[in-house]
Amino acid sequence: MFTQTADQDLLEATTEQYLAATYPPARLRELARRDSTFDAALWKQGAELGWTTLLVAESAGGGSVSGNGLADLVAVAFQFGRHAAPGPLIGTNIVAAALGRWGSKERHGAALAELLDGGATAAWGYAPRLGRRAPAGVRAARSGDRVVLDGTVPHVETGAPNGYLLVAAVDDDGTRSHHLVPLDAPGVHTAPLGGLDLTRRYAAVALRGVALPATSRVGEPGTADDHDEELLDLTAVLQAAQIVGAMERAFAMTLRWTGDRYSFGRPLGSYQEIKHRMADLRTQLEAGAAVVEKAARRVGDGAGDARSWASAAKAYAGRLGPEVIQDCVQLHGGIGVTFEHDLHLYLRRATVDAQSFGTPAYFSERLVRLVEAGMQQEETA
Amino acid sequence: MNADLEDVDAFAARARAWLAENMPLADQGRETFFLYAATHPTDDEVLARAATCRQLQRRLFDGGFAGICVPREYGGQGLTPAHQAAFNREIKGYDYPAEIQASTFIPCMAVLLEFGTEEQKHRHIPGMLRGEEIWVQLLSEPGGGSDAAGAVTTATRHGDQWLLNGSKIWTTSGWWGDWALCLARTNWDVEKHRGLTVFSLPMSAPGLAIRQVELVNGSKDFCQEFLTDVAVPDADRIGDVDAGWSVMTRWLHHERTISGGSPYITGGGNRPSDGPYEITVLVTAARRLGLIDDSHTRGLLGEARADALVQRALVESVTRKMATGALPHHAAAMLRLFGGTTNARRAAIATEVYGEAGVVWAPDEETNAQVGLGYLIRQASCIGGGTTEMARNVIAERLLDMPRERRADTDAFRDVPRGPRASSTP
Repeated sequence: MFTQTADQDLLEATTEQYLAATYPPARLRELARRDSTFDAALWKQGAELGWTTLLVAESAGGGSVSGNGLADLVAVAFQFGRHAAPGPLIGTNIVAAALGRWGSKERHGAALAELLDGGATAAWGYAPRLGRRAPAGVRAARSGDRVVLDGTVPHVETGAPNGYLLVAAVDDDGTRSHHLVPLDAPGVHTAPLGGLDLTRRYAAVALRGVALPATSRVGEPGTADDHDEELLDLTAVLQAAQIVGAMERAFAMTLRWTGDRYSFGRPLGSYQEIKHRMADLRTQLEAGAAVVEKAARRVGDGAGDARSWASAAKAYAGRLGPEVIQDCVQLHGGIGVTFEHDLHLYLRRATVDAQSFGTPAYFSERLVRLVEAGMQQEETA
Repeated sequence: MNADLEDVDAFAARARAWLAENMPLADQGRETFFLYAATHPTDDEVLARAATCRQLQRRLFDGGFAGICVPREYGGQGLTPAHQAAFNREIKGYDYPAEIQASTFIPCMAVLLEFGTEEQKHRHIPGMLRGEEIWVQLLSEPGGGSDAAGAVTTATRHGDQWLLNGSKIWTTSGWWGDWALCLARTNWDVEKHRGLTVFSLPMSAPGLAIRQVELVNGSKDFCQEFLTDVAVPDADRIGDVDAGWSVMTRWLHHERTISGGSPYITGGGNRPSDGPYEITVLVTAARRLGLIDDSHTRGLLGEARADALVQRALVESVTRKMATGALPHHAAAMLRLFGGTTNARRAAIATEVYGEAGVVWAPDEETNAQVGLGYLIRQASCIGGGTTEMARNVIAERLLDMPRERRADTDAFRDVPRGPRASSTP
């Protein structure tokens, strides 16, 4: 629904074929019973299809297919949503983007190369909140030429055991800086978490006296606040793209169902009430796709209004996506709430993406703040 | 490509210079003059604005910027949609005859270009482009809203003229228009689509009575017309007898391009302000009302902002997909549905933000009145130009290929049930 160039079509088509063959719903149900769903060989193949390089400049070892890597990557994320596929797609790309933009070749080149070639995965430890319950956070203390991190990250999506965590820590001077933490570093403790998604795994991360070389810092000191916002823009667009993928799959299943299912001697889809509901869902799906596509272009191009578009994409897809799929459940009737039916695979994916890394309400509020900031600029100008 | 055609960039530069010299700047507070404003101008103010529109259109004509995509032989410029699009970009910020683009140029002029005789085109199109002929649409009827093909206004042939009898309604600007396209039934004994014919007639024709319809927000720009033996020469018939529906299909197509994509309208789709619904206006109101820190109010503001951006993205995306063939033209029904429901929702949001201030106001609180009256009239955005229910049918049946509604109107139109209070058939 997003692609505009032949190269993007190819990227999406190969991803679609690969995910359809690798993760049919029966396979997802099998994975649901496993503690770890990460498969290093399969992830590596995904990297070969181009899943991991798109947000990183060519000079840093990455490369896009259209010149706008985010616009390319939403096509991949859309297919991840359509297939409720496992694999830390968003986290790995976000951390790769951070290393590509603000890391240095000497300090982070090796880690970035691992992420790009699929040898490792990564998570971004970030949880924006609307209310007062801010995450406990991580503190960074200088100790000679080392930095010692202490604190907790409430939840991250897990991937390869030799993965990385990008996390902002509060320095001695009260400013926040990003650090790249290898998950196998001494003092890193992960505790598995439960959750809605059948195939993605989450963990709480506790950092207890994790001593890293001072060179683990990503970006200049005190830049994490700004950089987190940029990474949040990227994350919001990718999550929204996955949600739209999940919506699309659930909608297509439901449209088929309204033709196959007969009630009172007529196909379900011949009732005008059902037709009108489907028309509404189809329109909301198109609207979700449209705002994601626009947001991907604006954010990918670094446009001045990029943050508003990213926020609108997550606010809209996050609010409407799970509701659209719930309506698909309703249109299926009883079968729609059984584990045996596939609909919940997509409902789970959309709901987790909608609520994590900022709720739809969080992004709605972010939109208002952006409007206010724009008005203030006008007033002072 | 015609080698003589002026390069688009050169054209745009010429237009820019000409506009700066010749056209007045837009009055930001008045750009939604009649159609969208909640508090309505008096009849005198409307007529004054209509006169201004005519003068501005004449200025465009004299400057060589009227009918950019209309062939030169009919008074146009013979250029391309790319030139019109460039001109529409350049004209932003200037006042222009926005209120006569629809219906004069689309659908009326567009229909004349496609179906009119040479004589008809030479007679009317230059006058339209000079702002001398404002055209309106005699299409809907009191007995049938979305069912255009169910028209019962009847045209009966008498020698080389036709006599029209019946009633039309929802004619935008009917009371100050000069000419009209009119859909009428010329054959009651065939299936309904096959007995229609399109005519053109002056709004001053004897036997044509016009009544302004007052809407709940005070607008009186929509009209109802009563036609009693209105004589129309056969030379003013548009298209073949009983072939009116093929004209109608294009008529409706051109009407729908008002939201963008028509080569015949100037400035289309660049309305720079959403009036009281503009997000900065809503934020300013929330500040003034002491609600800007209220989390529920902020939630409403965020929803309004997100919806406005999503709507913009949807229009761009679907327009592009229809142009490339990625979506069929029926996909335009999604824009109609989303636009209607989103406009209704934003009226509700504004009303909730304003609270008491949107239902009781001081004489100088124009914006408050717009919010209150805008709420009263809000369902018009889901009714006018084809209801959202019709749009849902189009999406379901044409886009999703779901089963069609059973039709009860496939017999000769004379035998189609029209309800217990319908007029008798001729």
